Amino acid sequence: MRVKLWGTRGSIAVSGPDTIRYGGDTSAVELRCLGDRLLILDGGSGIRALEVAPETRRVDILLSHLHMDHVQGLPFFGPLLDPEVEVHVWGPASTTRTLRQRIARYLSPPLFPVRVRDLANVAFHDVISGEFEIGDIRIAADLISHPGATLGYRLTENSSSLAYMPDHEPSMGQPYIPTNPDWTSGFSLAEGADVLIHDAQYTDEEYETRVGWGHSSTSHLAAFANMAQPGRLVTFHHDPAHTDEDLDKLHAALGASLSEEIELIAGTPGLVVDL
Amino acid sequence: MRAQQPVEMILLRQVASYLTIPIWMMDSDGNLVFYNEPAETLLGIQFDEVGPVHADQLSEMFRITRVDGSPMGEMEFPVLRTLAKRSPEHGEVRYCGMDGVWRDVAVSAIPVEGQGERFLGVFATFWEIDV
Repeated sequence: MRVKLWGTRGSIAVSGPDTIRYGGDTSAVELRCLGDRLLILDGGSGIRALEVAPETRRVDILLSHLHMDHVQGLPFFGPLLDPEVEVHVWGPASTTRTLRQRIARYLSPPLFPVRVRDLANVAFHDVISGEFEIGDIRIAADLISHPGATLGYRLTENSSSLAYMPDHEPSMGQPYIPTNPDWTSGFSLAEGADVLIHDAQYTDEEYETRVGWGHSSTSHLAAFANMAQPGRLVTFHHDPAHTDEDLDKLHAALGASLSEEIELIAGTPGLVVDL
Repeated sequence: MRAQQPVEMILLRQVASYLTIPIWMMDSDGNLVFYNEPAETLLGIQFDEVGPVHADQLSEMFRITRVDGSPMGEMEFPVLRTLAKRSPEHGEVRYCGMDGVWRDVAVSAIPVEGQGERFLGVFATFWEIDV
């Protein structure tokens, strides 16, 4: 399994000289699996530039949730407009509307000129917590702590595993962190994964005024990772107000709190991780 | 993958820990997985001392009867009815707390159901009544 990051920013896309290294596009992660199967995690603005080979006939997009920074790139993703490509979009189920209906709230006038029915060859799949397979990839999906229904994913191919939690506040629901893993959101998905891509949005100081917004502080991420013990931790969903310099400092603080067994990797656009 | 409590239960427990009404939570297998501090007062023992307990053991721990003191069938206990029927249930019971005090309480239990019709457990509140 080869993982490539195309969009790493959280909340809203940014641009400018201060955000070049950590990137400005929002969530999009490419997974190349055996047989060259293409899976994509989230459809933020980073998905627009994601390269798809002309011979590709199927693409699967797994949405963690439907906040705009995770879906706004969808109508700019070429295969969704190509009738030769079968696109499957997977996302969290709702108690009221289907995934297709909820995506259509964005993909319809007056918010956007292209409608869902204008997309070429797309199927929507409402995902509830549980396991399913796409080809040889086994996928565990579970709701995690973030406002609105939000799924974390763990993708396993043979013995390699990737956990993906771009928006996650593991301290919610707990008096303190770390505490009992059984009562920690996202723990099952992350435990022992080869690679964990995880929300790293706030410094500890910023988090104090953003409790309940659905994101992690540096200390909470370190505590969560130290408990789950992934092999590698890739930071993700960088705050739009953070410059490259700010993020260097955040990473230094995170690294100082992280178990030595975990390799810390800064999530930057173009980063490739082989599992 | 290790089993972990569903996020709905994690967040409910957090809410319960902030409430001043006694709250009791049971998972879908019938294990008492949490009760809050106000409930500790009524049950006469801290949750941390009890730990997760299966429903089968509750009647032994708390000697539950009807409010008139007559024996009560297991399925008369609202929490266990909710667990079995997955429907809201209400009733009144008498029990002896771990502090040795007999109390009469009204119990209201609701099923916790997540998306995809996943039954996750029972969320119950109880309060003392005069019989």
